[in-house]
Amino acid sequence: MVFLTRKIEFSASHRYHNPNLSVEENRRIFGKCNNPHGHGHNYTLQVTIEGEPDPVTGMVLDLKELKEILEREVMQRMDHRHLNYEVAELAGQIPTCENIARVIWQLLEPKITQGRLQRVRLYESPDLFADCYRNGSNGAGKS
Amino acid sequence: MSRALKIELGRRYHFSASHRLHTPQLSEEENCRVFGKCNNPYGHGHNYIVEVSMSGDVDPATGMIANLADLDAFVERQVLEEFDHKSLNEDVPAFRERVPTTENLCIEIFQRLKSFPKAKLERIHVEETGNNSFEYAGDNREGNQP
Repeated sequence: MVFLTRKIEFSASHRYHNPNLSVEENRRIFGKCNNPHGHGHNYTLQVTIEGEPDPVTGMVLDLKELKEILEREVMQRMDHRHLNYEVAELAGQIPTCENIARVIWQLLEPKITQGRLQRVRLYESPDLFADCYRNGSNGAGKS
Repeated sequence: MSRALKIELGRRYHFSASHRLHTPQLSEEENCRVFGKCNNPYGHGHNYIVEVSMSGDVDPATGMIANLADLDAFVERQVLEEFDHKSLNEDVPAFRERVPTTENLCIEIFQRLKSFPKAKLERIHVEETGNNSFEYAGDNREGNQP
């Protein structure tokens, strides 16, 4: 098995706020991430595909194809967007790293037809990230 | 949330500390041979990076596995307060008897953080320098990286 990882970066704004909680509870739980007008990050996404290299091309998955999938599914949806208001898949969810990573997994997984999606890692900053992988797989992949 | 997928939260922490690799179980010459310049008598230091991986259910109300403020406070109390700007050999009781290699440091940090009440500790990854890193997942085989 070979693991292939592609990295992309996008910038987006978000706000942590749960309308079912009081103003005070939102403030207590989310701190400055609850500021009313939101804030933004430069996100780094690492997508890992696992598979056996094709004997003819030597590739698990053509990187050009992966690049196009990431452009279509992630960049066009999320880059320079407000994650609370402009990404339908995140509607009704707090746009934390955990939730965004899972949404990205769900967007990508059916599109990967050569090899298979092994892990999605999303960095909100160099010191904070979330991993999403198949339960039971030896998921957390390569740093 | 779908149980088919597993979500982990990764958080990196930084501390600086000194250490000396030396064991009284070996002679002076053997210590010097085994540990090289890490055996220099007055010790030396590193800027350590500790990567903590936690797993759990994402709370639909908060979107989080664990509140970062809780995790940060726990790591601060359990590890950073005692390790940052300290001598691992002199200031951390666990390293009075054990050589403070980064392997042992990983294990010690894992033991100190595994009782975090709000999520499951999957593994500890420690970078001693940009070129050397170590990882420990306890008995949690699923937490070991491929």
